[in-house]
Amino acid sequence: MAAAIETENLTKDFLVGFWRPRPYRALDGLTLSVEPGEVFGFLGPNGAGKSTTLKLLMQLIYPSAGQASILGRPAGDVAVRQRIGYLAENPYYYDYLTAEEVLTYFARLFGIRGRDATARVARVLDEVGLGAERRMRLRRFSKGMLQRVGLAQALINDPEVLFLDEPMSGLDPLGRRQVRDLILQLRAKGTTVFFSSHILADAEALCSRVAILAQGRLATTGRISELVAFQLKGWELIASGVTDELRAALASKVAAIVPLSHDRYTIQIGPGEKPERLMTELGTHGASVESLLPLRDTLEDYFMQQVAAAQARDTGGL
Amino acid sequence: MRAIALVAGAVFRESIRDRVPYSMVIFAVLLMAASYLISQMTAGQDMKIIKDLGLAAVSIFGLLIAVFIGIGLVSKEVERKSIYALLTKPVTRPQFVLGKFAGLLLTLLVNIAAMTVAFYLVLAYVHSAATEGQRLSWPAPATDPRLLVAILLIYAELAVVTALALFFSTFSSPLLATLLTLGLWVAGHFNADLRNFENVVDVAAIAWLGKVLYYTLPNLAPFDVKAEIVHGFPVAWRHVGLTLLYAAVYAGILLTAAIAIFRRRDFK
Repeated sequence: MAAAIETENLTKDFLVGFWRPRPYRALDGLTLSVEPGEVFGFLGPNGAGKSTTLKLLMQLIYPSAGQASILGRPAGDVAVRQRIGYLAENPYYYDYLTAEEVLTYFARLFGIRGRDATARVARVLDEVGLGAERRMRLRRFSKGMLQRVGLAQALINDPEVLFLDEPMSGLDPLGRRQVRDLILQLRAKGTTVFFSSHILADAEALCSRVAILAQGRLATTGRISELVAFQLKGWELIASGVTDELRAALASKVAAIVPLSHDRYTIQIGPGEKPERLMTELGTHGASVESLLPLRDTLEDYFMQQVAAAQARDTGGL
Repeated sequence: MRAIALVAGAVFRESIRDRVPYSMVIFAVLLMAASYLISQMTAGQDMKIIKDLGLAAVSIFGLLIAVFIGIGLVSKEVERKSIYALLTKPVTRPQFVLGKFAGLLLTLLVNIAAMTVAFYLVLAYVHSAATEGQRLSWPAPATDPRLLVAILLIYAELAVVTALALFFSTFSSPLLATLLTLGLWVAGHFNADLRNFENVVDVAAIAWLGKVLYYTLPNLAPFDVKAEIVHGFPVAWRHVGLTLLYAAVYAGILLTAAIAIFRRRDFK
């Protein structure tokens, strides 16, 4: 089965400077493959090249080198656009049209007409929580509401592959929750979702695989479980009933011992130490263990490491 | 074809809800009404003044609608990024440009039709208020149907201006595109002077440059038949036909160039 999205050595240079324009490499040799049905997180800090990649895939901009394909056909093919949905970052539509009119317009561009169009428009507006505002002109919409219109227009054709550029941006906590639920519903239906974000919690909650982009280059790609479980940094144990003598005795054996309240402490040991041994010692001295947690790298830590590593690398003079 | 019609329909729907064309049409109608008052002060010239001012109002306010909405159509979409949603639907870039052009022509048609109706109402009122003697002194009847020929050519001229506005807005900022379009509109009305440049300058190169500019820049003078119509002079159908053909060819070339530029453009 063909990959849902495939890029090979995708590169984009922009010319910067007015008098003597010089190329600035926004994306450098991106090779990526996303399988059908995957929810793929495209992560990176601002300016990493995420939106550039999405625009290349949508052929809103043309690559300087390399190629991209969607559903086995070249990106930008009109037949492919029939089967995809795209939400741009901070979307904007037509001030003087209502949400319903904008969506009906887009539905008709897909060849959806009559009652089918009316029913679909009503359905997607309900899905994104804009059912009550359907007849309001967009100039009165807030940023969050426009984001929802953006999502609705991306879903109007029941796309097989959905591209979302920072879909949570501008949304309140309830809105973010709704978008997450929506993506999960789409995943259950088998829709491929490719979304960019710099908010890692979103990716952790939704994605089967992620790619991390830094300074236009792919830093890493893989399953979340592999990346998050990458490193065990140690163990954190909370114990109560720790006497001063016991604390003094433990001080030299553990990595850190931090008081929480009267006789409660947070005790940290390194990844090579066995937590069982510490628990036995605490038990023998009359202290009780309240909790034990492994300390792992979060996606946030991993992200920072990868970004730092990429920054340290030579950028090839571009 | 369906995509072009849909884009044009959206342009039309959005334009007629914008306040700009309404205010233009209202201004034009006010000017026409005011022309009646002005004509009261000029003995014997009243009908010519009313017609002159009325046709000028249709032309100027039509121009403003064509330029301001025409440039806003593409550059606003690019600036505000609404183009992202549209160009990722099954719409090609040429269809987008042609749809915008057709939508604006439709908007102009409706606005000019509204101004024309208002114009004829003013003329009909003047006709009914005039004495038989006054009517006989007019070079042409008040509600002369030939005024429609002048308005048809104004519309054709505005189609060329719209194509110019669309062309410039595919690669330059809205302000620059506005200035260039208005500048070419002015230049277009004095284009014939460039052709005769060789009569006033001795330098062959400059005379040659004048000729090149004459053939490159839009020649808008033939579209202006206001004076002939107002004074009741004949306007040859051949002139009307050739001018309409010129408008179609010139707008066609501009649209082809606009599409070629738009096709290659990166929407950052």
